[in-house]
Amino acid sequence: MAKQGVIPDALTQPFWDAANAGRLVVQHCNACNRLQHPPAPTCQRCGSKDHLAWKEMSGRGTIYNYGVVYDCPVRLLQQDQPFNVAVIMLDEDPGIQMFSHLPGTPVDQVPVGARVKVIFEATANGQKVPEWQVVG
Amino acid sequence: MTPQHPPASLYRTTEGLGLWEHRGKVAAVGVGHSPTARRWDGRPETCVGAWSILALRRAIADAGVSPDQIDGLVLDPVTTTGAYWPEGHPVPMDVVNAFKSTNDPLDGIAKLSAEWILQNMPELTNIQFVMYGARCMSHAVVVAAQAVGSGLTHTCLVLKSWHNFDGRYYQGGANAQDALDGTSAISRLWGTPASYGTALQFAEYCRKYGKTHAMMAPFITNSRRNGLMFPEGYWAQHRPEHLTTEDYLAARWIAKPANLFDNDIPIMVSAAYLFTTPERAKDMRHKPVYILNHASNRATPRSLTPTLEEIEAETAKTGRKLYEGAGITAAALSFENMYDGFTLFHQFHLEGLGYRGMKRGEALDFYQTDISITGPNPVSPSGGNIGSGRSRFWMHTDCIQQLQGRAGARQVTGVKPEIAVSGGPMPLGGNFTVWSATPG
Repeated sequence: MAKQGVIPDALTQPFWDAANAGRLVVQHCNACNRLQHPPAPTCQRCGSKDHLAWKEMSGRGTIYNYGVVYDCPVRLLQQDQPFNVAVIMLDEDPGIQMFSHLPGTPVDQVPVGARVKVIFEATANGQKVPEWQVVG
Repeated sequence: MTPQHPPASLYRTTEGLGLWEHRGKVAAVGVGHSPTARRWDGRPETCVGAWSILALRRAIADAGVSPDQIDGLVLDPVTTTGAYWPEGHPVPMDVVNAFKSTNDPLDGIAKLSAEWILQNMPELTNIQFVMYGARCMSHAVVVAAQAVGSGLTHTCLVLKSWHNFDGRYYQGGANAQDALDGTSAISRLWGTPASYGTALQFAEYCRKYGKTHAMMAPFITNSRRNGLMFPEGYWAQHRPEHLTTEDYLAARWIAKPANLFDNDIPIMVSAAYLFTTPERAKDMRHKPVYILNHASNRATPRSLTPTLEEIEAETAKTGRKLYEGAGITAAALSFENMYDGFTLFHQFHLEGLGYRGMKRGEALDFYQTDISITGPNPVSPSGGNIGSGRSRFWMHTDCIQQLQGRAGARQVTGVKPEIAVSGGPMPLGGNFTVWSATPG
C-alpha cells in the first residue's frame, strides 16, 4: 500500500532516521523511566523535557485490536480499500501502541493476540515507516 | 470587546469538589434554533453568521427578554464540521458585503468571532462579558453556567454554530497531500476515518462482554425515531425517513465495526440558549430549567488511541463528578441525553453514569428493552446527532425542553421529567451538565 510520504520534523527526526536504518526507536523519559509514543516535547508523566531520549525496541509485539477501513479519507490509500488497521502493543511496554496495515494478513481476518514483528516499508517519498507482520 | 478564553479554574475536572457552589443558581430560559441544511447554498441569508443571528434572536424572543437586558455572550468561534474554505477559492463578496465584516472576510462564513456577532446585532447594547467555549455547545454551556453562577454575567446568550461546504467529509487538507509532517505521520499514515478509534473501542467492548454490533440496532432506530420528532432537526426537516433494523444492518461499513449509521451526518445549523439567574428567570416567558452541576474531563490516552480500560475509567469518573456536584445519585435521573456522535460510544457514557443501575457490559442488553420516550427508561430522547444531524447540541436543547414540558411529540411520558444529564463529546474529553426542573 502506497502510504503518504513523510517529512520528518525536529521532534520526530530520530524516529524516522532509525526507521530508514531498519531500527525501531521509541521516546523514553530517563527521569521517570517510561516510554511514550507518540513522541512529545515533554514527558507526559513528569513534564521533563531534559531527560527525553530515544530507546531501541526489540521490534516484537502483539496485536491488541483492529478495525477495517472501508471509507478512507486519505486519497493515496483509497484504491486499497478495504484494508486492515491494527493496533500493536510493544513487548517492552504493552501501553505503547503502533498502527499497522498488517501486510500479508487478509482483510478482516486479523488474529487478535497474535505475535508480530516489525518490518520497514517505504512510503511515497521513500521515507521508511515501521510496519508489522504476523509471526508464524 | 476582546473575548476571554476560559481559565482552567472554571472547570470541575476532579472528584472531591463537593456540591457545585452555584447549584440551582443558574437557569436556562430560552432556546433558539436556525433551520438546518446539508451544505451552505452560498446565499448571505443562510451563511453561518446569518443563521447564528437568527438562532440568537429566537432564543431572546423565546425567553421574553429585551436585548438590552443581555450582558453576556459565550460562543465557539470555530464552526467547521470538517469543511474548510477551499484554498484559492474567491471569497464571496456579496456575502461579505451583506454584513458588517471584521478584518477577516471569512468571518461569518467559515468561522464566527464575537466581534462579528456584536457588529451585526446592534440590539445587543449591554454586553459586558464575552468568552469562548470551543468545539461544542457542551463546552459553551459549562462556561456560561459558571460565568452566570459567578456573577460575571447575569443574562447570557450561549451560541454554537456549524458550517458545511461542498465536498466530502475530511477529504481535503492533509488527507489529499502526498506527504505528511513527521509528527502527524506517526498517527495518520494509516488512513483511518474519524470513527475508527471509537470502532476499535467498541470492538474491544464486544470481545470483552460477548456483545455484537447488531445489538446496537434498537439504539439506532430509537434515535432516528426520536429525531424525527425534533422539528428543529435535519432529518425531520429534509429527509423524514424512519430507519429500520434492516437498514442499519445492511449499511455499508465506514471503519468496521462502525457503519454509515454509526456516524452522524455533517450539517449546517445554529442554536442559542439564554441563561440567567433564578431571580431574573421569574420574569421570563418560560419555566426555568436549573443547572445542578457541570463537570469536565481532560484525559489523554497513554498512546495512540484510547483503550477500553481508559474509556471505562474516565466515564466512571465523569459519572461520579456529576453526581457529587449535583448532590444526586443515578436514581434521580429521569432520562439521559449523553452524546452519541459516534453511536458506538454512547454505551460507555451510559455505563459510566450507571444509568438505571447499569453495570459495565450491560448497555447493549439494555438497548433490547423499552428505551423509548414512552417507557420507564428513556435513552437519548433527543435522538442526538444520529436523530437530527451533527450539531452536538440536540441533547442539551432536549433536556431544557423536556424539563420545561415543551418537547412536543418528543415529550417523555413514561417518566416524570425532573432531572436529566447531557454532554460530550468524547468519553475521554468533554463537558457535561446536570439539568433540573427545580433548583434542588
